[in-house]
Amino acid sequence: MNDLLFDFTLDKSKKTAFINREFDAELSLVWDAFTKKEILDQWWAPKPWSSKTKAMNFEPGGRRFYAMVSPEGMERWSIQKYTSISPKTNFKFLNAFADENENPDLPGSDWDISFSEEKGKTKVSVAIYNESLERMEKMIEMGFKEGFTMTMNYLEELLTTLSKR
Amino acid sequence: METRRDIFQAIADPTRRAILLLLASHAMTPNALAEEFNSSRQAVSKHIQILSECELVKQEQKGREIYYHINADQMKEIDKWVEQFRKIWETRFNQLDKVLLTIKKEKK
Repeated sequence: MNDLLFDFTLDKSKKTAFINREFDAELSLVWDAFTKKEILDQWWAPKPWSSKTKAMNFEPGGRRFYAMVSPEGMERWSIQKYTSISPKTNFKFLNAFADENENPDLPGSDWDISFSEEKGKTKVSVAIYNESLERMEKMIEMGFKEGFTMTMNYLEELLTTLSKR
Repeated sequence: METRRDIFQAIADPTRRAILLLLASHAMTPNALAEEFNSSRQAVSKHIQILSECELVKQEQKGREIYYHINADQMKEIDKWVEQFRKIWETRFNQLDKVLLTIKKEKK
């Protein structure tokens, strides 16, 4: 484990999730990790899921079309359409779930990712806005889906512990 | 708490977990659900019944069809959704730490 800053808050009144995290690396490297598909695919999907970027052009109006792939090979596609890019400072995109033919399931959520460097560490701030609480719930549901294997492993451990009592 | 124990028992079964996983992506009719599994409609509806009893699954009548939905509120009782979501980001960023470290080493 490390002592780098990590905080996560879900503000239902603002319909926004905020995630702040520090990385022990210079800003340009962290920026690359968020904006180059070769690096993104190495970390974007929480294991045991994997990330597969089919197409990505990182420019305003461009998009990343990618899938989260489950250990069983099930693909969950999403499109991130870049709405604004300020190099090494901030970028924004509209995220929508999609089918494998790149048809989006709108409305999506608005993502705003900011970067700042201090003393060799880079802070990343992610804000995810959903226009309705329903979408927020759905996003959390989808998040749950991605984390499902993890949850189940955790629950099975818990159940084993409980049954030993 | 008695309800809580029921929920844990409900999800201890692999088929019921698979049903929840399917319903987490979209609402489904009993027939559509049965087709996903190599079991009879009765067997699937038995599982659905258990999930409904602990309110993990809700049903909605749409015309002549019944659709099953996952009940997000109740799922919170198992393992808080938000905590789960947080966990995803934590895992994702811990993975990024490793990737950054590897790249830094390669650069040297």
